[in-house]
Amino acid sequence: MSGDNPQRPPTNAAKWYDLFSRGARDWLRHDVKVRDAVRRHLPELVSDGELIGGGARTVRVPVKMLEHYHFRLRHSEERDGVGQGRVKPGDEFLDPAQGAKNGGRGGGGEEEGGVELLLELKIEDIVEWLWEELRLPNLAPRSGATEDSEWVREGWDRRGARSRLDRRRSFKELVKRRGAPGALPNFTDEDLRFRQLARRRRPAVRAVVFFLLDVSGSMSERDRQLAKTFFFWTVQGLRREYRLLETVFVAHTIDAWEFSEAEFFQVSGSGGTVASSGLAKVNEIVRERYDPEQYNIYLFYASDGDNAASDAGAAHEALTALAGEACFCGYVEVAAGVSRHLETGTGRLFAELEAAGHSVGSCALATPDDVWDAIRSFFTAEQRATEGA
Amino acid sequence: MNAEGWQHYLARIEQLARDAGLQFHPVEFEAVPDSFMMEIAVYGLPVRMPHWSFGVRYIYQLIQRHMGHSRLFEVVFPGNPGHAYLATGNGLAENILVTAHVLGHADFSHNNLLFQRCQSQVSERIVEHAAQHARQIQQAIEAHGLERVETVLDAALALEQHIDVDQPLRRPRYAEYAESPKSPVDDAFRRRFAALETEHSGTVLAPRLRAPVPPYPERDLLWFVAQYAPEMESWERDIFLAVREESFYFYPVFATQIMNEGWASYWHARLLREADFIAQQTYLDAIKCHSDVVRPVAADEQVALGLNPYHLGFALWEHVVAEKGLTAAFAIRTEDDDFSFIRNHLTADIAAELGLFRYRARDGRIRVLEMDVAALHEAILTPKYNFGTPTVLARHVHADGTLDLGHEHGVDRRGLDLQRSRKVLEYLQRVWRRPVRLTTVDQDGVELELSAP
Repeated sequence: MSGDNPQRPPTNAAKWYDLFSRGARDWLRHDVKVRDAVRRHLPELVSDGELIGGGARTVRVPVKMLEHYHFRLRHSEERDGVGQGRVKPGDEFLDPAQGAKNGGRGGGGEEEGGVELLLELKIEDIVEWLWEELRLPNLAPRSGATEDSEWVREGWDRRGARSRLDRRRSFKELVKRRGAPGALPNFTDEDLRFRQLARRRRPAVRAVVFFLLDVSGSMSERDRQLAKTFFFWTVQGLRREYRLLETVFVAHTIDAWEFSEAEFFQVSGSGGTVASSGLAKVNEIVRERYDPEQYNIYLFYASDGDNAASDAGAAHEALTALAGEACFCGYVEVAAGVSRHLETGTGRLFAELEAAGHSVGSCALATPDDVWDAIRSFFTAEQRATEGA
Repeated sequence: MNAEGWQHYLARIEQLARDAGLQFHPVEFEAVPDSFMMEIAVYGLPVRMPHWSFGVRYIYQLIQRHMGHSRLFEVVFPGNPGHAYLATGNGLAENILVTAHVLGHADFSHNNLLFQRCQSQVSERIVEHAAQHARQIQQAIEAHGLERVETVLDAALALEQHIDVDQPLRRPRYAEYAESPKSPVDDAFRRRFAALETEHSGTVLAPRLRAPVPPYPERDLLWFVAQYAPEMESWERDIFLAVREESFYFYPVFATQIMNEGWASYWHARLLREADFIAQQTYLDAIKCHSDVVRPVAADEQVALGLNPYHLGFALWEHVVAEKGLTAAFAIRTEDDDFSFIRNHLTADIAAELGLFRYRARDGRIRVLEMDVAALHEAILTPKYNFGTPTVLARHVHADGTLDLGHEHGVDRRGLDLQRSRKVLEYLQRVWRRPVRLTTVDQDGVELELSAP
């Protein structure tokens, strides 16, 4: 034993355990498993409306620590134990363990108090997982002046910003200049090479997506929440897929208004439902700003389907006009807790158009769990009928 | 602080301990950072196999430490030589106390019969063995991938406590064939009867019967799975046997905790009292530390709903030495485990003096029960039976490889937690690779069967 400090037992400062923590290693492994488990439950995660909080780039998901299971006896109402202290037989007092358990969100970790982790997930990650297999239907290159351009690295030059100096390349030039074996000459300005950027142009694929939301009185708060959850994940996913994606948010009752994205997710309204007003508004915006020659147009419409009977004709007309120009029109019927299977006025309207060969589709949202199915049904649809049959 | 330091004290305390009659293998001391102490507490051994469940325990331990609940002064591993790890954060007084404490443990593990038996099986080098297992599992991960090794460890560590310490560590497989029926007793009648048997004297070979597997309900589940799983690979069996070997080491630690901690606490107190070479102030600091460790309830509480094994063991040993003498105490530390120690030496008087009580918790209320020493013994010992785990036995392996497990609910007086049991069956099924079934009872005592898949 050799110790530099005689006060203490010998200690070897440079031992492996200073460099490596097995506890931390196994902790990380646990976290990886938790993340995998969360990923497997993505549909439930997606359906959680609380995630859609403003502009946060991360989502905090409370998760229980994983438990490594052992055989245990079933939980019993009664528990006998031994304690120590000054008490008499027959004394009664509150069980402190009970309070701790209620605080710790019940059940589960009897022994360990059920600690919860707040797992922080980036929205991008979730979207990445979600959209691995999803595509915008019927996307086609559109003609037009607009081109997509980006800067790419291309070639070298003798002049350039100092930060773009390519050291390896410059050194090669120096070596080339040396010619014969012997000591290396000094660098001169001739040797320096700088990386260059060039602008690349390529034909653009542009798309605009309209989100049309029915905010009439018949839409309950839960209905709206469902629709917004669906829109939120759709927007996130589309943004990731297409850099040149424009989004337009329209809400309607008997009248229709355009909103910014931030406002749109806060909108609530009252009054009757006139679907044609919303569709007409979309048509109007298309005419004003988005030439179908240049843009792929998509519409997603969320409503409870209770369109005013008198509006049926007008709505049919407006939707037919739109469907003729759009790549795809999707309809989600939100009816929290009810499964009506699209047997409403608006539902029938979309069904008719679908039957007539237009590229439209519909889906019912009854519970938060349906959000994932709805996204999936719209965006895996590469086999959808091509537009304007 | 005394400038002469810990090294100087170590030799003198060791001498003092040997003079007092303690016998122990040499102990190697090492000061390690708090973080490492914590890992030892989590893993139970300084170097142990990787598994995510240790990560979970590590997080809980971090939280506990963060809340100031636990502080570790020392961890000691029996063996020849023994290994003792002291926290670098300890002061001199704490280290002196802890050194005496460690020697108490070293004496206990060297002499106690239960320890001796398990050590004779596992060898006196468990620390090195565990490190070897960790390496073996690391190699398995490199050869077969993390997922596959983890699947095996999930099952093996879930059954960690299901061993049979009454069987040898290196245990032979069951006999292939059922024993042939006993030959009849050789007496006068048999001889006369045999003499009559002249007609069919041709020797008939009795068909040998294959013994059922297992021939009797088997509680050594780790061993049983390793030996009889129909489709396990040899490296998977090795992992099961490695976990089993470590469990053989953990069992005596678990089954003598009260005695062992009490014995070490008794000796650190006594050695410190007798050590006239310790400066007054250092002695006072050490004694204060001692009373923090062996106090029955935390400083800010009046009543504790649990036992401090240090305090209970310490108090019992003081009584034993005072009443029966040191020679008898040495014999008791050799022969007893917690079960016999508590039953033999925790009397009604001592229980009253310590303020021990039984309670029943129901609907968020605690009711203190009547004093009854026998019931008190049982209440202390109940969590310790069968390595602290429900009794689950392997009952039968069917011709198609299906494994039947049975829970001895008569012994445990309650059924199993169904959700957890189902998960354990799933772990097990992944290595058994045939259906696994388990019978237990529900809350009304009606028998039910769980199965995986």
